[in-house]
Amino acid sequence: MPGIGSALLVVAFGAAIYCAIASVYGARTNRRQWVVSGRRAIYCVAGLVVASMVLLEIAYLRSDFQFALVAQNSSTDTPTFYKLTAVWSSQAGSLLLWVTLLALFSSAVLFATRHRHREIAPYAAAVLGGVAAFFLFLMLFYASPFDALSPVPVEGNGLNPLLRHPAMMIHPPMLYSGYVGFSIPFAFAIGALITRRTDASWIRSTRRFALIAWTFLGVGVLLGALWSYSELGWGGYWAWDAVENAALLPWLTGTAFIHSIQIQEKRGMLKVWNVSLIVATFLLALLGTFLVRSGILDSIHAFGASTLGKPFLAFIAIAAVGSIGLVVARLPYLRSDARLDSFLSREAFFLANNLVLVGLAFVVFWGTFFPLISEAVTGREQSVGPPWFDRYTVPLALVLVLLTGIGPALTWRRSSPSSLKRTFAIPLAAVVLGALVLIAFTPAEDSVLSLVMFVLAVFTLTVAGQELWRGAGARRVTSDDGFVLSFVNVVRRNRRRYGGYLVHVGIAILFVGVAASSAFVSKTDARLSPGQSTEVGGYKVTYERATAAVGDDASGTGAPIALGAVLNVERGGKEFTVRPQRNYFPSQDVAQDGAIGRFFEGEATSEVDVRWGPIRDFWLAVQPDIRALDKPIAEANRRFTDSSGDIQALVIAAIADVYRREAPPATFRTLVSPLVIWIWLGGGISVLGALLALWPGAGTSRARSIAAARVGRELSRA
Amino acid sequence: MTPEAAFAAVLVALLVAAILARPILRGGEVDVREDEELASLETAKESKYREIRDAELDHRIGKLTEEDWRRTDRELRAQAVEILERMDKLGGDRAAEGR
Amino acid sequence: MDPSRKRRTRLIVALSAALLLAGALVYTSFSAATEAKEPSDVLASADAGKSYEVTGKVVNGSVKREGDDLRFAIRDREGTAQIPVAYSGTVPDPFREGREVVVTGKVENGTIAAERDSLVTKCPSKFTEEKKKS
Repeated sequence: MPGIGSALLVVAFGAAIYCAIASVYGARTNRRQWVVSGRRAIYCVAGLVVASMVLLEIAYLRSDFQFALVAQNSSTDTPTFYKLTAVWSSQAGSLLLWVTLLALFSSAVLFATRHRHREIAPYAAAVLGGVAAFFLFLMLFYASPFDALSPVPVEGNGLNPLLRHPAMMIHPPMLYSGYVGFSIPFAFAIGALITRRTDASWIRSTRRFALIAWTFLGVGVLLGALWSYSELGWGGYWAWDAVENAALLPWLTGTAFIHSIQIQEKRGMLKVWNVSLIVATFLLALLGTFLVRSGILDSIHAFGASTLGKPFLAFIAIAAVGSIGLVVARLPYLRSDARLDSFLSREAFFLANNLVLVGLAFVVFWGTFFPLISEAVTGREQSVGPPWFDRYTVPLALVLVLLTGIGPALTWRRSSPSSLKRTFAIPLAAVVLGALVLIAFTPAEDSVLSLVMFVLAVFTLTVAGQELWRGAGARRVTSDDGFVLSFVNVVRRNRRRYGGYLVHVGIAILFVGVAASSAFVSKTDARLSPGQSTEVGGYKVTYERATAAVGDDASGTGAPIALGAVLNVERGGKEFTVRPQRNYFPSQDVAQDGAIGRFFEGEATSEVDVRWGPIRDFWLAVQPDIRALDKPIAEANRRFTDSSGDIQALVIAAIADVYRREAPPATFRTLVSPLVIWIWLGGGISVLGALLALWPGAGTSRARSIAAARVGRELSRA
Repeated sequence: MTPEAAFAAVLVALLVAAILARPILRGGEVDVREDEELASLETAKESKYREIRDAELDHRIGKLTEEDWRRTDRELRAQAVEILERMDKLGGDRAAEGR
Repeated sequence: MDPSRKRRTRLIVALSAALLLAGALVYTSFSAATEAKEPSDVLASADAGKSYEVTGKVVNGSVKREGDDLRFAIRDREGTAQIPVAYSGTVPDPFREGREVVVTGKVENGTIAAERDSLVTKCPSKFTEEKKKS
């Protein structure tokens, strides 16, 4: 069976290369049938990789350990949901996911543009086919998802327990959809450059894909943060870790891109900037895939050991040199059609937002790659920590939120001072009022930066609210819509505008969550025995008793052993009970850990008990001290090594019960984090906004507009 | 590679080759794409119309003063007319070629 | 001012702002960075009072709890040089004997006095790789 998977990939590889060659040949010689054939090749690649993905998924579901990949990160006792999603927890599987998504996205865009872009589309198809060919090449020669195992093992390793979290399993497809999505506008930009069609038509055809990619990437980043907060036992959601930064980088440049293309679309300006941004975004997306998979940033020395390092770096280098060379060669065709009319215009503020976003991207890039830079410059590997990142990102983020507020309030081309007064009077009043309320009733003034962020968010929200209010008012004047209907209709008829505002509202809310939770979090680590208490952020936390469960994990991760705690929490007369636990997964190393001990010495993951709330979260994780069980475990290892599985299970249950009865002191980390939930709610609002902007409008059907144009032409001739 | 996998590879490859060869063998003009120039003018026109409507909404909301709006609107409409003229010219040429 | 001169002034302002940011980045990153070392480097030469980021494998059988503190030793990735670590704070989930970790701290009396919560283990998505190699 694994052989058939490889066979599909070989054919897909051939088809991808054929696509690139046939498309370019067809475009250069103007033999249209070759272009059609090249486009069909992409559909074939999509069909083939989807088929191989399905094949692999079936193998996972059936726990078919002939497939080395299945044996490596699944097992018969892995829950079904995690069997299905375990595919992308491995290197080879995630490459397959990448190329599957790429082939699907490429097919979608080439199908959508099959009647358009006679000149650009073949080259775009060639670029997409080339990228797909590269990923297929990696799978065929470096990390095959279809390696066969012989002899076939009876049981697999199981999925890494840390990854057994819903957010973590949806996170990779989201992230990859984002990465892959940006390769669509990239491919069309390259096509536009090659054919010298540098007007905005490539942007109009791929704008949607850029926005879809941006949305997916953002959701991916936020899900990663959610996983970090609710699964890793440290209590934070962002640590400026290289892997997180790798996903953030293309998102930042992508955000800049979806703003600046509007300037080209409307004014014919910033052509060089836009192609440079999309090239940078695509390269950063490749780099992001590569960073997570290569371990290069752990150490420059690990790089040589990584299997994917060299081909990946070579490909990135080729893509970079090729695209930059092409942009430089086409500079004469990339002149602006217009000039900036006024600094008080939306394009001027988009420009400012672009500079801030690119500045942010540069800061993050520098910090992430600093270990490599410093090793190259000084010969010593050094790294910078979160304080260094915060020093730059915090002020830049403040400016960004300010621009998020101002931008939508300005008009394209120019805004006269008198209309500005009308636009900003209420938001500025809201800012003053908001600041006074915050200072009077909340402790916000203790952190000036957070206070500034809150006030800026108030500003952004008021601007957006006022826009909607006035838009509905204007609608009522010109139509007989009622009060409610006027809001619905003005949004419905201006989806892109109000979708964009909603995204901005979501982002402002997200930043409020970030500012509040990082400046006003209360955190305690306490080592408690049953009966002891600790205090954190006005909550009194009492450790009541220990719990132990064997073969009965409530959170659905399939962990055989779960040690936990029951705590009573009291605040202002109200009480509730939290039950955090820690899941233990067996290690496979019987020799070192012992036949019984291996059940306690393998991976362990925290099941944090988070009480989400609109005002504040109560977050508690337990770290049981299983060293207290060393003696019974050692004894059990001695006596029951050769016993049957049933007896061993009883012994394990007995040891777990020792933990429950004797309850040694455990370490508890407690966090009281204000407004943290709004990070994800804000993100959700932004996604809704993006969906609103993406929703296809009525009456813009292509066929109809072509027909209408023809009618117009013929009428004028008659 | 096992024999059955090799067999599968050949089979799938043949199928793919057939799909890819069809448009070439059929020959002739199978691609009914519009002229690139005309298509790009078409999208430019649509987005210009959107801009005009956008400016109008901005004016009604009160973000654009009467005077600013008149100026912007005049510029945008002039650009739209220019696009339409270029489209007509191209369309006319194409129609003439067709005859 | 004529338009071309205005444009040039704008360009100069933008460029100097960019240069200023870049300069600040370079300067602060080199001055604020903690140096990455392996245990053998720290043993060979460690300035008292300077903070190091030490990467090493947790020595088998070295993990002990003393009150609220966690004590363990880390050794070079390849080699036997090892140094004890005193650590307090939460222990990340993937922390295990034999696994690679990073701690940040100063060297006191031949022991790394790690900063609170500075213990980091390597990213989980790479474990599968490790297993394959071993």
